[in-house]
Amino acid sequence: MATAQPANTHNIVELNDVFRPSRSLGQEAWSRLIKNKASVAGMIIIAIFIFMAAFASVLAPENPLQLNSGKRFLPPPFYKGSTNTQPDPRFLLGTDSLGRDVLSRTIYGSRVSMVVGFIPTIIIMLLGTTVGMLSGYIGGRVDNILMRLTDVVYAFPDLLFFIIVMVALRESFLGQLMNGMILLFSALAIVNWVGVARLIRGQVLSLKQKEFVEAARCIGVKDVRIMFRHILPNSLGPLIVWAAFSIPGLIITEAILGYLGIGLRPSTDAKAFFITSWGSLMLDGQSAINGQPFLLLAPAICVALIVLAFTFLGDGLRDAFDPRMRGTQ
Amino acid sequence: MTTYLIRRLFWLIPVLVTVSLVTFIIMRSAPGSPWDTDENKRQVDAITQKSLEAYYGLDKPMWRQFVGYIIGDWNSQTKKFVCGLACGNLGPSYRQRGRSVQDILFAAPENQTFWQSRFGYSVRLGVSALLFAVFIGIPLGIVAALKQNTIVDYVALFFATSGISVPSFVLAIFLIIIFGSWLHWIDIIVDDWSGLKYWVMPTLVLGFGTMAFTARLTRSAMLEVLRQDYVRTARAKGLAERVVILRHMLKNALIPVITILGPALAGLVTGSFIIETMFSFPGMGRAYVQAIGQRDYSMIMGTTVVYALLVAVANLSVDIVYVFVDPRIRLEE
Repeated sequence: MATAQPANTHNIVELNDVFRPSRSLGQEAWSRLIKNKASVAGMIIIAIFIFMAAFASVLAPENPLQLNSGKRFLPPPFYKGSTNTQPDPRFLLGTDSLGRDVLSRTIYGSRVSMVVGFIPTIIIMLLGTTVGMLSGYIGGRVDNILMRLTDVVYAFPDLLFFIIVMVALRESFLGQLMNGMILLFSALAIVNWVGVARLIRGQVLSLKQKEFVEAARCIGVKDVRIMFRHILPNSLGPLIVWAAFSIPGLIITEAILGYLGIGLRPSTDAKAFFITSWGSLMLDGQSAINGQPFLLLAPAICVALIVLAFTFLGDGLRDAFDPRMRGTQ
Repeated sequence: MTTYLIRRLFWLIPVLVTVSLVTFIIMRSAPGSPWDTDENKRQVDAITQKSLEAYYGLDKPMWRQFVGYIIGDWNSQTKKFVCGLACGNLGPSYRQRGRSVQDILFAAPENQTFWQSRFGYSVRLGVSALLFAVFIGIPLGIVAALKQNTIVDYVALFFATSGISVPSFVLAIFLIIIFGSWLHWIDIIVDDWSGLKYWVMPTLVLGFGTMAFTARLTRSAMLEVLRQDYVRTARAKGLAERVVILRHMLKNALIPVITILGPALAGLVTGSFIIETMFSFPGMGRAYVQAIGQRDYSMIMGTTVVYALLVAVANLSVDIVYVFVDPRIRLEE
């Protein structure tokens, strides 16, 4: 900021007092974000879940695939269920329909939720940003086609689309790849990239008119460079906020599909990275709601926690990137 | 206004055709026919399979099946024209032999009214959830806005935020376990839905998210009008506080709230399938989930089209209602 050459040292001190060192939009936003208590709490919870997903094999007290035939639907040691089965202190949250440890399975379930939350979001962001930038920057017919396409995608109730895809293509080649994960990711991406494309397009349309873009064009900067170095960094804020709200949405979608029995295939391979998901745990838990409610409760609490954490983070991010919006939503 | 309405109504047709086309393509690209879902044991022999395919029209080329599904097709066996989706015919169900999809969804059991049909049950549940959302959400939002930055506001906001973000089926799990399994206030399995008290829990669970959203929207809209000049004028001329709030503030603050009610109702009717399944509610959503479990492709397809129609009509209704509640908006493009 302070570019004027001061005459003496006395002036430098004064100038530093007046002009603070310049900070980027990201730094500004970060400093506002970490002052927001709810957002920080959200970030901590998210970090814990990521840690849980990454080190599930170390954290899980039992083998999540180990069947204990005589110990089906055992309640946790601290819980007096309606059935008279004797709890086993080894299983802190009891066991499921096949005598497997619920706590370990819940810990392993976080892997699916984390991956389903983050990976499709990244794919969707890349795809949507590219299309949105091209459509907004080039305009004309490209833009028109894109907007008609988004109209159609918006008309389709998205959960129904996921259900249809997962039901119909489950047995197909695509549905078999990686326990059906590739199919799920593709379905999520096909529906959701449209929202990002619209968001970025709107940003590009308004940024295109700004003076700094005009200035860049005047000094002969190439179109591609204007798009990636001038317009893209300025639309990152809304994109990050979008991502924070997209991730919990995807986690919920996966849990719903798992609960309907059309989510990812359960794995019986001990070496597999993804063993079970919270949705399929809940599906399993429905049959023993009185005797062993923790099979339902544990994954439900996890889903609620992670979703709330992301919502608080998203609210904080929105305030941080656009302080004028604070408290109006 | 009329031309706009007609144009928007006609826009429903391509949307519905696209939705059915996408659904049709995905459903038909499922490997295997609906009758040999288990590869190890063939459930039907070759001849039966042939006649079944002829009965359901699956032996015809793909394009003709689709045109038949949308408009209708000539049945060579009965020498009659069978009308398709255009006449509200969603085709025969694959699993419930002898019943058509529209029969399962819309026809009431004998000697009962339309409200006793699966669709009727879902509509009743959706409407009661919407009423709950409106009659709790709006007052909650008003109180929160009037007492901004007090403990009341924070509690209401916390409820609203968690209500919006926590999905309804997770909430349902908590409530069923607490009130059904631990406190025994409600029955977990209900067979007879004529008793009003059984409706409380599914209504509450289904409507909670919308209630929270309504409360948050009302709050922010109220905060916006709170500082308007006409509100200050109303106060300055000595109107009673009740009159200022109800006539001057609420009348304007409710505009955004009213416009979300259409999509909210569509969301409640279409989004209820998990709640219906959890409470074993005899509605359309549960039929849909059962169809998923049985891989009843025609049933899944038909229900999806009905759902898409509901969503499209709800979205259309918003734009129309907008004009009536807010004279500042004109419908010229």
